[in-house]
Amino acid sequence: MASMTRRKTINAVMMTLSTGAAALGLFVLAVILLYLLYKGASALNLSVFTQDTPSPMEPGGLRNAILGSVIMSAIAVAIGTPIGILAGTYMAEYGRYAKLSKVIRFVNDILLSAPSIIVGLFVYQVLVVSLGHFSALAGSVALAILVIPIVVRTTEDMLRLVPDQLREAGLAMGWPRWIVIRTVAYKAAMAGIVTGVLLAIARISGETAPLLFTALSNNFFSLDLTQPMASLPITIFQFALSPYDNWQALAWAGALLITVAVLALAIVARLVTSKKEKH
Amino acid sequence: MTATSDYDSGVKSTRPVAQSDRIFGSLTLAAAVVVLLVLLGVFASLVMGAWPAFKEYGLPFLWTAKWNPVTDKFGALAPLYGTVVTSIIAMVIAVPVGLGIAIFLTETCPRVLRRPLGIAIELLAGIPSIIYGIWGLFVFAPFMQSYIQPFLIDTLGHVPVIGTLFAGPPYGIGMLTAGLILAMMILPFIASLARDIFQTVPPMLRESAYGMGMTRWEVNRHIVIPHVRTALVGGIMLSLGRALGETMAVTFVIGNAHRISGSILAPGTTISAAIANEFTEATTPIYTSSLIALGLVLFILTFIVLAAAQWMLKRMKQKSGA
Repeated sequence: MASMTRRKTINAVMMTLSTGAAALGLFVLAVILLYLLYKGASALNLSVFTQDTPSPMEPGGLRNAILGSVIMSAIAVAIGTPIGILAGTYMAEYGRYAKLSKVIRFVNDILLSAPSIIVGLFVYQVLVVSLGHFSALAGSVALAILVIPIVVRTTEDMLRLVPDQLREAGLAMGWPRWIVIRTVAYKAAMAGIVTGVLLAIARISGETAPLLFTALSNNFFSLDLTQPMASLPITIFQFALSPYDNWQALAWAGALLITVAVLALAIVARLVTSKKEKH
Repeated sequence: MTATSDYDSGVKSTRPVAQSDRIFGSLTLAAAVVVLLVLLGVFASLVMGAWPAFKEYGLPFLWTAKWNPVTDKFGALAPLYGTVVTSIIAMVIAVPVGLGIAIFLTETCPRVLRRPLGIAIELLAGIPSIIYGIWGLFVFAPFMQSYIQPFLIDTLGHVPVIGTLFAGPPYGIGMLTAGLILAMMILPFIASLARDIFQTVPPMLRESAYGMGMTRWEVNRHIVIPHVRTALVGGIMLSLGRALGETMAVTFVIGNAHRISGSILAPGTTISAAIANEFTEATTPIYTSSLIALGLVLFILTFIVLAAAQWMLKRMKQKSGA
C-alpha cells in the first residue's frame, strides 16, 4: 500500500483535474453560447421576421426560412408521432414478450443515433430521384424519420412504467385491450410521451444534414410542398459560408433563433415531466 | 399478464369488441414494422445507390486515395482517413474531460450546484451541431490560426517523429480544428451520459469504500469505474458513433480537401463533410454513386460501433437487474 501522503497527493491532483475539467468544459460551452448571443442579438431585428432572405448586400430577413422550418417540422411531427406512438405501444403492450419487439428495440436504438446525413441520402434516393425534383415533402419525411425513434423510445419506456394492476383493473371491467390502452395506459404515460415529442421537435429543428439534398433551399417565399423550401439550418449554412456581411449577420440571427427554440423546447419538456412527478 | 385476452390467445371471436382490438393490435404491429423497414430501406437504398460505384471501382474503392471529379476517378480513403482522425482527436479530448466532469458532478461538486449544473449540461447536449460549426468557422478557426497552430508548429513541430503531425503552415481550418470542435460538441453528451452511469452505482458500495478509508479518487478509480466499466465503454462508443457521423460541426472547419496529410494541421475532409459539400454539385452519375458509396461505408461503420454500444449498455442493465 502506498504511503498515506502519496495517496492523498494523488487524490488531490486527480480531484483538482476533474474540477478543472468541469471548469474548462463549462467555460468553453459558455463562451460559445455568449458569443452566439452577442452576434445573434446584434443582428436580430423586426425585419428578420417580416422579410424574406435577401440578395447579397441587400436588406432582408429570414421569414421564408423560419416558416419553412416550422412547416417541415410540423409535417415531420404529424407523420412521425403517430407511427412512433403506435410502434412504442406494440413494444410495450401487444408485443411485450414478442421476439420482434427485441429486434425493433435494437433497430430503433440504431436509428436513434445513426448519422442524420445518411437519412438524407435515403430520402433522396426514395423521394427525390423518383419524383425528379427536390421538395419540402421529402425534407419533412427525412425529419420524420428522425422523430420516429425518439417517440418510439419514450412511448415504450413510459408505457412500461404504467403498473400492470391498472391495466388488469381495466380488463376486469370487460374492456378490450385497445380501450384499456387508450383510456388507462396512455393517460398514465401522457406526460412522458409529450416530453418525447417535444424533445423530438427540439432535435429536428436544428437538423441540417438531412435537408441538404431533400428540401434543398429556396430564396423565395414558398408554401408549395412539392417544391424546394427554405429552412433555417440550411440558410445558416449557406449564409455563414458566404463572403457577404449581411448574409453572415443573418446566419448568426438564425443560429440564435434555433438555439433559443431548442433550449426553450427542452426546458418545457423538462417542466412537463417534473410537474407530473410532483403529483 | 393478460394472456386470457382474445388477442393473445389467438381465439377467433366474432364479438365486435375483439375485432376492434385486433384492428388496433395490427395497427401497432404495422407501425413497429415500419421502424424495421426504415432501417432496412436505408441499407437497401444505400447499397443500390452505391452499386454503380462498386461495380466500376470494385473493393479497391475503399483504399484508393484518388478523388477526381474531372476524370471521374473516385476512392474513399481520404474521407475515411479524415473521419477516423477527427473522431480520434475528438475522443482523446472529450472522453477524459467528460469523465472528469462526471466525477466532479457526482463527487466534488457542492450539493446545491449539482442539479443546476447537471441540467445545464443536459441542455447543452441538445444544442444543434450547426451552432458549433458556425462558431468554429468565425471564432475558433481564426483563433487557432493566430495562436494555437503557430505555437504547436514552433514547439511540437520541431520534435522528431511527432513533428510531422504538426508540420505545415497554420491554415486555421483543418483536421485538428475539426476534431476540437467535435470534442466540444460531444463533451456535454459524454458528460451527462457518464454522470447517469455513475449514479447507477449503489450508494452502499461507495460508502463501504469510504468506510475502508479510501480517498475520493481511489473510490472512483477502484470501485465506481470498474463497477460500471462495460456501460461506460458502451456510452463512449455511443459518443464515437456520433462523432463519426457528425456533419455540420465538421463541414465548416475541415477545409474539404480530398487529401491525406501526415499533419493534423492540414485541411482534409470526412465522409459526411464530403457528402454534404459535393452531393448537390455531383454532375455525373458515377460521382453521385461514389458519394452514396461513401455514405454506405459510414453507415456500416457507425452501425458496428452503435451495435457494440447497445450490447454493452444492455449488459449493464441486466447486471443491475433493471
